[in-house]
Amino acid sequence: MAKIHVSTTINGAATEYLCDPNQTLLEVLRDTLGLTGSKEGCGSGDCGACSVTINGRLVCSCLVLAPEAQGAKIETIEGMADGEKLHPLQKKFVEMAALQCGICTPGFLVASKALLAKNPNPTETQVRYWLAGNLCRCTGYDKIITAVMDVAAEMRGAAK
Amino acid sequence: MTEIQYRVAKNIKDACAAMAAAKGKGYVLAGGTDLLVQMKSGVREPGTIVDVKKIPEMVSITEKNGAFIVGAATPAAVIGEHKKLKKAWPGVVEAINLIGSTQVQGRASAGGNLCNASPAADSVPALVAAGVTANIVGPKGKRSVPVEKFNAGPGKTTLKPGEILVSLSFPKRAKNASDAYLRLIPRTEMDIAVVGVGVNLAMKGDTVTDARVGLGAVAPTVLLVDKAAKALIGSKLDDKALEAAAQACSDACKPIDDKRGTIKYRTKIAGVLLKRAAMIARDRINGIEHPGHR
Amino acid sequence: MSTQGNPKYKWIGTRPDRPDGADKVTGRARFGADFNLPGQLIGKVLRSPHPHAVIKSIDTSKAEALPGVKAVVTAKDFPEQANLIVPTGEMQVNLRDITRNIMAREKALYEGHPVAAVAAVSEAIAKQALGLIKVDYKVLPHVIDVAEAMKPNAPVLHDTMITEGVNPPPKKASNIAKRIEFNKGDTKAGFAEAEVVIEKDFTTQAVHQGYIEPHAALASASEDGQVQVWSTTQGHFQVRGFCAKLLNLETSQIRVTATEIGGGFGGKTVVYLEPLAIRLSQKTGKPVKMTMTREEVFRASGPAPGGNIKVKIGAKKDGRIVAAECTVEMQAGAFPGSPVGPACMCSYACYDIDNIHIVGFDVVSNRPKVAAYRAPGAPISAWAVESALDMLAQKLKIDPIDLRLKNAAKRGTKTAYGVTFNTIGMVETLEAARNSEHYRTPVKPGYARGVAAGFWFNVGADSSAAAHVGEDGSVTVISGNPDIGGSRASLALMAAEELGVDYEKVRPVIADTASIGFNFVTGGSRVTFATGLAVVNSVRDMIRELKVRAAKIWNVDPEAVIWENGMAKPAGSNVGDFEPLTLAQLAAQAGKTGGPINGHAQLNVTGAGPGFGVHVCDLKVDNDTGCVTVGRYTAAQDVGTAIHPSYVEGQLQGGAVQGIGWALNEEYIYNAKGRLDNPGFLDYRMPVASDLPMIETILVEVPNPTHPYGVRGVGEVPIIPPLAAVGNAIARATGVRMTDLPMSPPRLSEALDAAAPRMAAD
Repeated sequence: MAKIHVSTTINGAATEYLCDPNQTLLEVLRDTLGLTGSKEGCGSGDCGACSVTINGRLVCSCLVLAPEAQGAKIETIEGMADGEKLHPLQKKFVEMAALQCGICTPGFLVASKALLAKNPNPTETQVRYWLAGNLCRCTGYDKIITAVMDVAAEMRGAAK
Repeated sequence: MTEIQYRVAKNIKDACAAMAAAKGKGYVLAGGTDLLVQMKSGVREPGTIVDVKKIPEMVSITEKNGAFIVGAATPAAVIGEHKKLKKAWPGVVEAINLIGSTQVQGRASAGGNLCNASPAADSVPALVAAGVTANIVGPKGKRSVPVEKFNAGPGKTTLKPGEILVSLSFPKRAKNASDAYLRLIPRTEMDIAVVGVGVNLAMKGDTVTDARVGLGAVAPTVLLVDKAAKALIGSKLDDKALEAAAQACSDACKPIDDKRGTIKYRTKIAGVLLKRAAMIARDRINGIEHPGHR
Repeated sequence: MSTQGNPKYKWIGTRPDRPDGADKVTGRARFGADFNLPGQLIGKVLRSPHPHAVIKSIDTSKAEALPGVKAVVTAKDFPEQANLIVPTGEMQVNLRDITRNIMAREKALYEGHPVAAVAAVSEAIAKQALGLIKVDYKVLPHVIDVAEAMKPNAPVLHDTMITEGVNPPPKKASNIAKRIEFNKGDTKAGFAEAEVVIEKDFTTQAVHQGYIEPHAALASASEDGQVQVWSTTQGHFQVRGFCAKLLNLETSQIRVTATEIGGGFGGKTVVYLEPLAIRLSQKTGKPVKMTMTREEVFRASGPAPGGNIKVKIGAKKDGRIVAAECTVEMQAGAFPGSPVGPACMCSYACYDIDNIHIVGFDVVSNRPKVAAYRAPGAPISAWAVESALDMLAQKLKIDPIDLRLKNAAKRGTKTAYGVTFNTIGMVETLEAARNSEHYRTPVKPGYARGVAAGFWFNVGADSSAAAHVGEDGSVTVISGNPDIGGSRASLALMAAEELGVDYEKVRPVIADTASIGFNFVTGGSRVTFATGLAVVNSVRDMIRELKVRAAKIWNVDPEAVIWENGMAKPAGSNVGDFEPLTLAQLAAQAGKTGGPINGHAQLNVTGAGPGFGVHVCDLKVDNDTGCVTVGRYTAAQDVGTAIHPSYVEGQLQGGAVQGIGWALNEEYIYNAKGRLDNPGFLDYRMPVASDLPMIETILVEVPNPTHPYGVRGVGEVPIIPPLAAVGNAIARATGVRMTDLPMSPPRLSEALDAAAPRMAAD
């Protein structure tokens, strides 16, 4: 199979890679680029552990072909912190024990960040439905939802 | 093993040519939320993957004389953000916005949902109820087909070799008309519909002047249930009319027993959802919106 | 929910950030599939498509000849194993069965059973190679269901299986591996005294632990016989032990590093890929990485069993239970070893009953061999017993919590399996549930309320730990249990408390199998308890040495030195007028006072306090569709001392939600061909965020007298009450008593429709 050359932007950095036409973005992130923060939980878009954003849109990277990243802006969990400074969501998740084993956490953080970018004042129900595509088996979701709502309130307060 | 190729189509002509050249092993890539899953499980083995997302008319929503044309590959999330479309066709938009998770919504399209031809596709009952037509382009030119005639069976469309679904045309929205889509799933999200019902109503005062009913997940293809519509037209959506329409839906079912539901259950639910969806559509015409979870 | 900490302690009971928090929220933490080695090959497994078949021959020649394929293994690459039972997590396994489970020998015994494995330069080539392996199967009739498997003419999986525990032993082989029995008192006499009797049959289906991270292992074998393994596991010492036996290696030749683990719940206390990866690495001289797809996880890894349970309870009109019986028939999967023992033992353990008779059957059938799942066996018998108790409460018109209080186990209660309870918290937990804001709030219109209880033993077992202090006084605490739910934080809190230093100054590290002594698995709700104890003891060992060093510096007797608030001090003014020496000061002088200052401890811990949970569930049922909405949920549990309350709450919430999923929608669905119909997250329906309300928790702190900080295991109890809490609420909402799980909408709808004519007639 002839490889496809892709030029894209990942977490703000210009990135190039070679890929097979049928490789997924998740495979390339993890196996070619060493960005193992996005996880494979199911490979079929049912668990959200591979969540990234493409041009600001929340997607499952296991259902995106690697060549589709051409010319796009990809954001992964690795781009969420600002140098040594954790994003408020990251900080709050640790503070509120919104993770136990941590495998679903990157996906939840990327998805939550996308939610708050779109809707800075979500209700609990809106948060739950937005995050319904992110499976967690450890926490029962409670502390995750609380953390997201707390950060939403803080970010709204800070924005004033 | 056919060597896999990936091509980004520049325009529709390019896309059709690529599909034709692939000699039956060409697959259109819109959101990929069905295609990639099927490639991984071996159900579909490309050939050539033709990415249509750079073709403007396939990923945009336009309005002409009060009638919407939705590009077949427009992501569901984009459709959900289109205020005017949502106002005119809340049932269709909510149906499309029920396809999968937020992540899937970022990619999945109504066109892809229709072309995947699952009997349980969420968008289709609402599209059928809305009276949408599918606009197709192929080697022999253009043609349009009502959505309820687009699919032939589970996983089978009526597209001929080299043809591509390009857009979905909505009728002009009449005044005092609205629609609703309800599905039954075991959880609150993330499930394939066990039954899906789309109801489209036009009313004058409290009398139904026009109706269309689409019924999904209970037959090899989504059904346009004329009998249910007829039971509603001319009525005031009283219990008798609703019961008759519900019964018509149950009668029209040709469901299967599978891991998601039994024949008995689906048949019953078809009637239950018809009544509920009709009430929501009626309430919307009267300016009452039920707090949906979205 | 208290945020003020525990008044008895400085650190214990507070909620600091976990030590691995930054790594886990940035994607830096490395889980099983995140490890790679240069030059590694990718391994893939060929699995039987048949649930039951003789393997007549396997021809791997074409696969071996494919360019890029470096090795192929089958059963002949693994030595035969003797009939030897070893503990694994909370279950027992037979090595003879394990070697067959990781690689089929004479027969394929379930769809998904490995029959061969390949290592190749890429995943694509490995997959291609699988397609080139020719297996000659003789397909046999299969049996999936327990009741079917117990019938005399059922297809038999193992022709040497004679039921144990039956006297005289049967003459013919069957699928019943063993029969067990527990007795207390005389149930015949007890039932004769009963004024009301409840008798009902219940069933559950197999469910999966549902960990989001599939199994993954990376093995690298050297020419000198050393092997390194990175595995996502709940017990890397377990992995080492299994692999040593399965491959005829010495344990010291295998060095296993536990990667971060993305959930286990018992399902990762066994091996699947590790022995295969090692063998392939030995044959190729290259590292071999293997991961399971989600589909493989469902088809081939061990779920929790389903079972059939018959319950009979006799009571007086005032609610006092006078006799209780239970029969449990439990699925073991393809090889014996279901948790029927714990299922039987836990069934009535919440209650003080004079006459109990319990019988259990371990039954094999053509399904994957079951593995532990959070309190293995207990949820299944509790589903039946707690539902039956609710029926009793309804019949006698007694509040369900009051009924349980009347019969609650206490200190001195003797269980059916012979243990007498020490200080336990059943009564306190019931009272906490009854006094909860939830329970005191009237049920909302349209909703109904269900209550259920649960019991789990919790275990102790072996742990080793070490502590050492750096030149600047910061402390490293080393243990050997993978951190599955935040245990690093709890260990650091206990060490900080013991040492009297800042929590931030204590770094917990999880060592590989070569770098710390033996540790039993992370499981059995044991880490905070047993490994916590080992950590505390290793810190005490270090403190003992610190006092010796201070004594040396002051030229006094070590007995005259005390340790307080992170400092060595003279025991009294008569010892001398010495300024206290901090940990940092002593550490700085370590070389001059005798060398490095380390502590260590290793023990087999007993005295794990059992746990009791009481859950309250408010839900509503859509009578037309059978859909259930859980509106409010509270989990109360006696948790000993909550070391880090947030993570204790997390255990209650996570376990409760797993139980809710088990009750409402989760099940293995097999088709007529014996193949799994729903091997994915789409149709194996675990709860999603929008399905649930917040899960309120009540931590009842009844300290465990056998632990210096009163720790009790907490992780497993929470999954036990939810099944019946949900079922009892549904019964009270609809008047229909569901006996079969899951109570999914089609099933509930059918039950409601069946009951409707009866209820209309009433």
